Amino acid sequence: MTSVSMTVNGKPVSGDVEGRTLLSSFLRDGQGLTGTHVGCDTSQCGACVVHVNGQAVKSCTMFAAEAAGAEVTTIEGMANADGSLGTIQQAFQDYHGLQCGFCTPGMVMSAAALLAENPSPSEAEVRHYLEGNICRCTGYHNIVRAIMAASGQEVPAVAAE
Amino acid sequence: MPKDSGIGASSKRREDIRFLTGTGNYTDDINLNGQAYVAFLRSDVAHGTLNGVDSSAAAGMPGVVRIFTGADFEGVGGLPCGWQVTDRHGQPMQEPAHPVLAQGKVRHVGDPIAAVVAETAAQARDAADAINADITELPAVVDMSAALAEGSPKVHDDLTSNLCYDWGFVEENKDAVAAAIDGAHHVTTLELVNNRLVANPMEPRVAVGDYAAHNGESTLYTTSQNPHVIRLLMGAFVLGIPEHKLRVVAPDVGGGFGSKIFHYAEEAFCTFAAKAIKRPVKWTSTRSEAFITDAHGRDHVTKIELALDAEGKFLALRTDTLANMGAYLSTFSTSVPTWLHGTLMAGNYTTPLIYVNVKAVFTNTVPVDAYRGAGRPEATFQLERVIDKAAREMGIDPVELRRRNFIQPDQFPYATPVAVEYDTGNYDATMDKALALADWDGFEARAAESAANGKWRGRGVNSYIEACGIAPSALVGQLGARAGLYESATVRVNATGGLVVMTGSHSHGQGHETAFPQVIAEMIGIDESMVEIVHGDTANTPMGMGTYGSRSIAVGGSAMVRAAEKIINKAKKIAAHLMEASDADVELANGEFTVAGTDKSVAWGDVCLAAYVPHNYPLEDIEPGLEETAFYDPANFTYPAGAYICEVEVDPGTGQVSIERFTAADDFGNVINPMIVEGQVHGGLGQGIGQALLENCVYDENGQLVSGSFMDYAMPRADDLPNFTVDHSCQTPCTHNPLGVKGCGEAGAIGSPPAVVNAVVDALQRGGKDVTHIDMPLSPSRVWSAMNS
Ligand code: FES
Ligand code: FES
Repeated sequence: MTSVSMTVNGKPVSGDVEGRTLLSSFLRDGQGLTGTHVGCDTSQCGACVVHVNGQAVKSCTMFAAEAAGAEVTTIEGMANADGSLGTIQQAFQDYHGLQCGFCTPGMVMSAAALLAENPSPSEAEVRHYLEGNICRCTGYHNIVRAIMAASGQEVPAVAAE
Repeated sequence: MPKDSGIGASSKRREDIRFLTGTGNYTDDINLNGQAYVAFLRSDVAHGTLNGVDSSAAAGMPGVVRIFTGADFEGVGGLPCGWQVTDRHGQPMQEPAHPVLAQGKVRHVGDPIAAVVAETAAQARDAADAINADITELPAVVDMSAALAEGSPKVHDDLTSNLCYDWGFVEENKDAVAAAIDGAHHVTTLELVNNRLVANPMEPRVAVGDYAAHNGESTLYTTSQNPHVIRLLMGAFVLGIPEHKLRVVAPDVGGGFGSKIFHYAEEAFCTFAAKAIKRPVKWTSTRSEAFITDAHGRDHVTKIELALDAEGKFLALRTDTLANMGAYLSTFSTSVPTWLHGTLMAGNYTTPLIYVNVKAVFTNTVPVDAYRGAGRPEATFQLERVIDKAAREMGIDPVELRRRNFIQPDQFPYATPVAVEYDTGNYDATMDKALALADWDGFEARAAESAANGKWRGRGVNSYIEACGIAPSALVGQLGARAGLYESATVRVNATGGLVVMTGSHSHGQGHETAFPQVIAEMIGIDESMVEIVHGDTANTPMGMGTYGSRSIAVGGSAMVRAAEKIINKAKKIAAHLMEASDADVELANGEFTVAGTDKSVAWGDVCLAAYVPHNYPLEDIEPGLEETAFYDPANFTYPAGAYICEVEVDPGTGQVSIERFTAADDFGNVINPMIVEGQVHGGLGQGIGQALLENCVYDENGQLVSGSFMDYAMPRADDLPNFTVDHSCQTPCTHNPLGVKGCGEAGAIGSPPAVVNAVVDALQRGGKDVTHIDMPLSPSRVWSAMNS
């Protein structure tokens, strides 16, 4: 066991980890930040995406020890200061971009990374960027629309009738 | 004007707030004080004799609390099957034992042999890996035809063969169907495979067992679509725990699609082990483990024959299917290829004579059970593929051929020759709608454009029907179900006017917490925010059958309406007393009780308060309080139906298929929340298109699962799928439930695979290739091989 410290959602945290402890388990089990989900064991699904020093990272694919000293942001850190939903989160609700919610934290974190890089992506760019995030519920249709809307682009409203 | 609340409004989902902020409460988020962790040693061979288990080395490893093997479960029941099918000869199906931990034999890769309970998950895994299972490998039974051949090794030594049942439906029609086929003007025959799939909800399964020594109560937290069903099956059949000493909680569940209906060994194990070691015991499946333990779906091999007259009227239909059961009978496995499949073979058509034969087969593979649609996608796929082939053979337009055979609106209620009675429908209406939305008439111009880009464009149409709102208990009881299929709701009104609805339905993505209050709000005329939904915990919800088969709003919603009607009737009596009027004259609208023809009124909240503070109250006539329960047993299934159109481009150089347009026109009857309904269709389309183009669960000849991870099993990703055009404006409300709803959860997965395959075959035909069928998934290599063979 070694001790590791990092900043998570703006707060300094530390904990004892084994060499093999993944960042995802450090966050979930060590810090009780269970918003970060684990959907696979082959780095394929993206349910575990967090930001490490501003980069989208699959937290199941990084050792906790590797994140020592880093600034980590998880889904728990994405709401506005007053607790209301952030722009991307709000767009996911407005455009019904989630059903069971299990892929959702990873989707929101990936979307945030995409929009930081490319503030006005085309639909094809959104779809391509999400290749590392699997959703089994939505068929992606409304996730793509939510992200387009969050980028400030015109998206027709959901189920208008 | 779109409504902004109540029935028909696209109310935003209230559950989204917790899911979007990381504050959901999924089973793996639950950690109990003193909890230990379990890891299973699983068979790595498909079939073998288990000579012994040596756990001596593992027992001394760090953190190990206790190791369990099959011997610990000798006095414990096996996992039960919930549906007994009777075969063509009136005999019950062959029903093997399904032990919690392997006893004497292993029967599929993933079959659990031993379990280590340890202080940490990593220690449990390390120790499980150190257990030595002495297995003599036996030849694996993988292919269904080989499994039925004389002299095949048997999956279960105590059964007479690998045949679970040989089912004929409708058996009395068999000869008449044969005669009609023999004498027909035209017979189209097709052999096809409905590919084996893995449901893969994004949340892997989790079970946490707990035992309270002070009152002897066991609690299981589990990723389930139906906690009461798990409580009943596990309590009564496996562990022998009376229901009042067993609580099952299914909190937020990250998708199910059928795979979380069933009672699994790990649930029984964690409940059993928690009591044995007097500590909470937690198991979290890895995705790799999910692939070899979650029940798989589909896996049918079928020959279908359709007889037509010279005008294209369907005269008779006959199918022969082999259905894979896997190594054991999962909870509802036996009902899927039979009653959820054979009864849908009439489709939307007037075919007078139908005979369905299904042979269910044991193999050394993971058990196969219901997956989104469950039997109905298999029925629709065969039927809509053979109709397309018939249209081509007879030179009739595929839309026209379907229309010639549609059941007409004035024929409802319509009794099919396969035992079900459709209450209502209008199949031309959804077809017209789909054709218009898909711009069917503009196809040739788009095809020319594709051709100019070196691509072949094709289009495929499909008309589907499904049976939802599962199910009338007396009927399914006759058919072999070992459960009732009603649903329940308790509506509790609080003294200050807010309501809590405790439902036996379960939401794992469907949005019940939003949609169910819309109904109550509409009935009483109050704000949706005054209604809260409680589900997923046997301790605080009435006995219910859970969520599958698109039954929640049709059956669970109906139970809620019935309970709310009781509430309103009682509230009217209280209001009548307060207003000194006759209760027959009291009306409720906009949250206010009034007396017809007077200006008297009393608010909803005042009546609720009076019910709990009964100072001025008709105590001689009615009890205080305002809480009612209803159990609703449906009179019939519901029959959602629709027409789907797919337009594809095929790259003739590579066989790559891309979906250019996809249009779904569904008739779901009345719709409570259009936004949620459309989302359900999108998700179903994603899974159906996934089946058609990408997904395939593959075993090699030794019974090793080749597609055992997301690296090998192709899940649809965002850029594999198009934007969808979906419509539910054609509505023929269900005639036998109070909301007129039919259910929408499975339609997309049922209607889309044949539309995709029909479109690809069309594209190849237009490209000059005489290809009449390709088995799913239509991967580039399969398409390329078909066009170049
Ligand atoms: S859990 Fe990290 S990619 Fe699946
Ligand atoms: S919302 Fe369920 S997996 Fe995406």
